[in-house]
Amino acid sequence: MLPIEYYTGLSVILFTLGALGVLIRRNALIIFMSIELMLNSANLAFVSFARSYEGMSGQIFVFFVIAVAAAEVAVGLALIVAIFHTKRNIDVDQINSMKG
Amino acid sequence: MIGDIMTSLWAILPVIVLALWACVLLLVDLWLPKDQQGSQQGESNSPITPLLAALGMLTSAAIVIARIGQPTMGFGGMMMADGFSHFICLLLLASGLVTIGLSHDYMKRLGIARGEYYVLLMFSLSGMMLMSMSADLIMVFLSLELLSIPLYVMAGIATPRPSSEEAALKYFLLGAFASGFLVYGIGLVFGATGSTSLQQIVAVVQSGNYNLALILGGAALIITGLGFKVAIVPFHMWTPDAYQGAPSAVTAFMSVGAKTAGFAALLRVFVLAFPAFSADITPVLWGLAALTMVLGNFAAIAQRNIKRLLAYSSIAHAGYIMMALVPYGQDGLSADSVASALFYLVAYAFTNFAAWAVVIALEQAGEKGLELQDYAGLGRKHPALAAVMAVAMLSFTGVPPTLGFVGKFYLFRTVLEGGHVGLALIGVLTSLVSAFYYLRVIVVMYMQEGEPEARREPWLQAMAYGSAIGVVALSIFSAPLLFLASQAVLKLF
Repeated sequence: MLPIEYYTGLSVILFTLGALGVLIRRNALIIFMSIELMLNSANLAFVSFARSYEGMSGQIFVFFVIAVAAAEVAVGLALIVAIFHTKRNIDVDQINSMKG
Repeated sequence: MIGDIMTSLWAILPVIVLALWACVLLLVDLWLPKDQQGSQQGESNSPITPLLAALGMLTSAAIVIARIGQPTMGFGGMMMADGFSHFICLLLLASGLVTIGLSHDYMKRLGIARGEYYVLLMFSLSGMMLMSMSADLIMVFLSLELLSIPLYVMAGIATPRPSSEEAALKYFLLGAFASGFLVYGIGLVFGATGSTSLQQIVAVVQSGNYNLALILGGAALIITGLGFKVAIVPFHMWTPDAYQGAPSAVTAFMSVGAKTAGFAALLRVFVLAFPAFSADITPVLWGLAALTMVLGNFAAIAQRNIKRLLAYSSIAHAGYIMMALVPYGQDGLSADSVASALFYLVAYAFTNFAAWAVVIALEQAGEKGLELQDYAGLGRKHPALAAVMAVAMLSFTGVPPTLGFVGKFYLFRTVLEGGHVGLALIGVLTSLVSAFYYLRVIVVMYMQEGEPEARREPWLQAMAYGSAIGVVALSIFSAPLLFLASQAVLKLF
């Protein structure tokens, strides 16, 4: 079996990629995908820690995170579609009607 | 086994009542007669839905009040219905009721009256109440999402108005970003201690069998995740846009409810689980509190839009509440720290609702009437509303006799007792800075000429006067409130 550091290291890399994606990319859908990547990197961390502690609680947490992510997708995609209807664009730099 | 389940359900009964009530209300609303003119948008002008929603909140509040003094624990220590959660739940339910009063006529006037709005309000409220009871990091995460997802929808409920959609999208993207940080932080704490239960984390920390780097990294990510929700600098970027674009009644609820719930979770997690690491965490909290107070107050000076001004003011006040958290780990001070934070949350809620009630009364369709200049002459034309706004501004500044003054007094005392003289000094100086923009609102209202138009809607006026009277009256009789707050200290079972 691979040592746990490999898994946690991968999850750190994925989390960093996700966070950078949110900060750098400008398309609302891609930002949203990056957020999903962050959540899934946390899931990877949970299952690998759960494996090393030989308990189930970490794995159950992953189910909660997946369920919540699905709920977020439902609301998030609806919002993005609504914005696209009014603006014909989902570039977050173009969505800046408010200033101050 | 059955007994266990019953005790557990009993512990969260107020939330169960609220959530089930909301589900039933969603169905009831379908059968209520709809106004024919607005029906293509699903508009409902029936007053029955808000009344039923208010009744549900009152029922839930009655259960909480009947429980005071009887702490219960449920779900193997995941949920705690103790003095702390009772205090926060009552504050949240009161905020929900005020929000219904603020929303009813306002939503009709803007043509966005929808029955689902009140249902979403109740769902969000049940998430906030669960958050104040959570004694397990899994529950903190789940209740954070339960409170946020309905709020995202509420912020965008004025669709297809572009600013409302924009507010919802920004709030959503940054809120989801923040929950990513929170989940990863919880993951790291789980990796360090092998548990997400606050009780077991404390036990593991006492046994010394944990990974320090992981737990500190986890704590930092948890601060980041919850910091987004309560709008602490540098995690505040979404706040001005979301507060400005969302319908004003939603903003009022968002600024009070989400902040209260976020601070409830921060207080419970840090005071209960991480007191052993206060030497490392306190400097971070110190820096965040100072930065938030300075940036929030200075950015507010430049604002001409009243909603944006109140948004920056709410950021600044998050900084003041954060100050209470700084001495959380010092011996004998954690109780004071929690009590002064709770007291300030109450002061902030009353003051904020008074200010937002006036904003809602002056707002005209098409986002008009929201500039500072639109308030000119309010003192002559609508003296009562101007007085409410003046009381709110003085309370935000911290001038006696208002609740804001008493709240700041207890905050600064806690911070000074903790030996953080520098932070208290920053707090006082930034309060002076804040006087500049708060008093400017009063100057515009009373000393400039203008013809502002304000709505006379009975519920809205009741909420405005009620909050303003509360701000003054509770400051004069603040001892019972502080007593209640100090009874609500956190302890492990």
